[in-house]
Amino acid sequence: MFNKACELVKLCTDNNKKIYEIVIEKELQESNISYDQLMDRMKSILDTMKNSASSALDKSVMSVSKLTGGNAKKMQDYTNKGKTVCGEIINSAMAMALSTSEVNASMGRIVAAPTAGASGIIPAAMLTIKERFDLSDEDLIKGLFTASGIGQIIAKNATISGAEGGCQAECGAASAMAAAAIVELAGGDINQSLHAASFALINIMGLVCDPVAGLVEFPCALRNASGVANALLSADLALAGIESLIPFDEVVEAMYKVGKALPESLRETALGGVADTLTGKEVKKRFL
Amino acid sequence: MKNYSVFDILGPVMIGPSSSHTAGAARIGKIARELADDSFHKVTFYLHGSFAKTYKGHGTDKALVAGVLGMDPSDERIKDSIEIAKKNNIHIEFVEEDLGYVHPNTVKILFHYKNRENYYVIGSSIGGGNVVITNINGNEVNFTGDYPTILAKYKDRKGVISEISTILSNNNMNIATMNVTRENNIATMVTELDSPIDERIIEEISAIKEIIYLTAINPIKR
Ligand code: SF4
Repeated sequence: MFNKACELVKLCTDNNKKIYEIVIEKELQESNISYDQLMDRMKSILDTMKNSASSALDKSVMSVSKLTGGNAKKMQDYTNKGKTVCGEIINSAMAMALSTSEVNASMGRIVAAPTAGASGIIPAAMLTIKERFDLSDEDLIKGLFTASGIGQIIAKNATISGAEGGCQAECGAASAMAAAAIVELAGGDINQSLHAASFALINIMGLVCDPVAGLVEFPCALRNASGVANALLSADLALAGIESLIPFDEVVEAMYKVGKALPESLRETALGGVADTLTGKEVKKRFL
Repeated sequence: MKNYSVFDILGPVMIGPSSSHTAGAARIGKIARELADDSFHKVTFYLHGSFAKTYKGHGTDKALVAGVLGMDPSDERIKDSIEIAKKNNIHIEFVEEDLGYVHPNTVKILFHYKNRENYYVIGSSIGGGNVVITNINGNEVNFTGDYPTILAKYKDRKGVISEISTILSNNNMNIATMNVTRENNIATMVTELDSPIDERIIEEISAIKEIIYLTAINPIKR
């Protein structure tokens, strides 16, 4: 039904529909599951997300490697004290993103969104917006379809794998997906959703993938925290009426080209970036 | 261009930290268990390449053990699998080994038995939870565990393949892929099917007198 954002815009405007409606129609057309099964499956995705975004907030969760952990709880405790730089919304969003990342690193259950490394961003964004606008689970499920539609466009025309395109392709894609969904849930139109998605990708374009010791922990968890903040900021920029000079399809193409241009050392091989620092190498020796 | 379902983008629901180290490893373990007899008392995992280097940090060891214990890749008990094996008196051993020219994420799983021959399976985790099984007890094979699969070893004779195909089609089973390799008059056949396999079909095929060894597995979930 659509491969590119421009086709999605046309479908939405011609039929006077929201992104999630088109994404649901596409899924029903291309898969052989019923509407009810589709909704049930997305509901269970949401349930897993809710769990992972909250379960490391009130107890310290350590990774299997024992290298990192406990930061989601630190962030939550700090937020609860009330005196923060960015305020409650951004800080609790970051705490939730860290929570999912820590659950992932501790061999807990998460939803790859779009990958395990970037799995903290979309749940944190959805739950933040639920709280902020008093939304229902049904609304969030719609938001997840919207996010997924944007992810489909990125996966089809570029990549969502860190090994192929760097972290911009994982955490960047997750932020763009979340930003578009937030805008739609906040009442923005399709064009505003795509501007927000463009901003999110542009803000981190070129971000490399450099996991220390090859473990999906550091800097991954941090990038989930900054990734959800990126999604929230990008949504606000677009909702304020600011437009992206470069259309989303072209931003996606640019992201892909940048990813291709990254040397292999900066694409998940743990041979560049912070993984290749003095300390990064020491940590690697300890773990391998 | 590949088509992505919404659940290729938001999904799978999985156990962290990475699909190739957790889900892939658990699936290789589970396929191996399905193939092997489950009366084993000890399992040795020979880890190759990046599996050998990173198995502890990524929890690959826990995922492999969970698989041979029969857990699915989304089972939250994976992180405790080594203790669970201990409680069930199954001895677990990890050995780092060079398995030759194979994928960097490869493992050889050797099952030890008290009163039968040991049995091994070699498989690789090739990304995103996808796996390929490449060797069973010295027989080279190539299948993914995504489909119902029948594995047969038989004395090579013209007509065996068509007899097996006939049994399958008489039972309304569609063959997705069929692969036969031959060595010293012994043929190894791997057949992937579109619908689940039941006992009856296996009995019918095993009645063919050239069959030396026959086993079947149903798809292993992600
Ligand atoms: S740094 Fe690499 S492994 Fe970590 S989240 Fe980003 S893309 Fe994934």
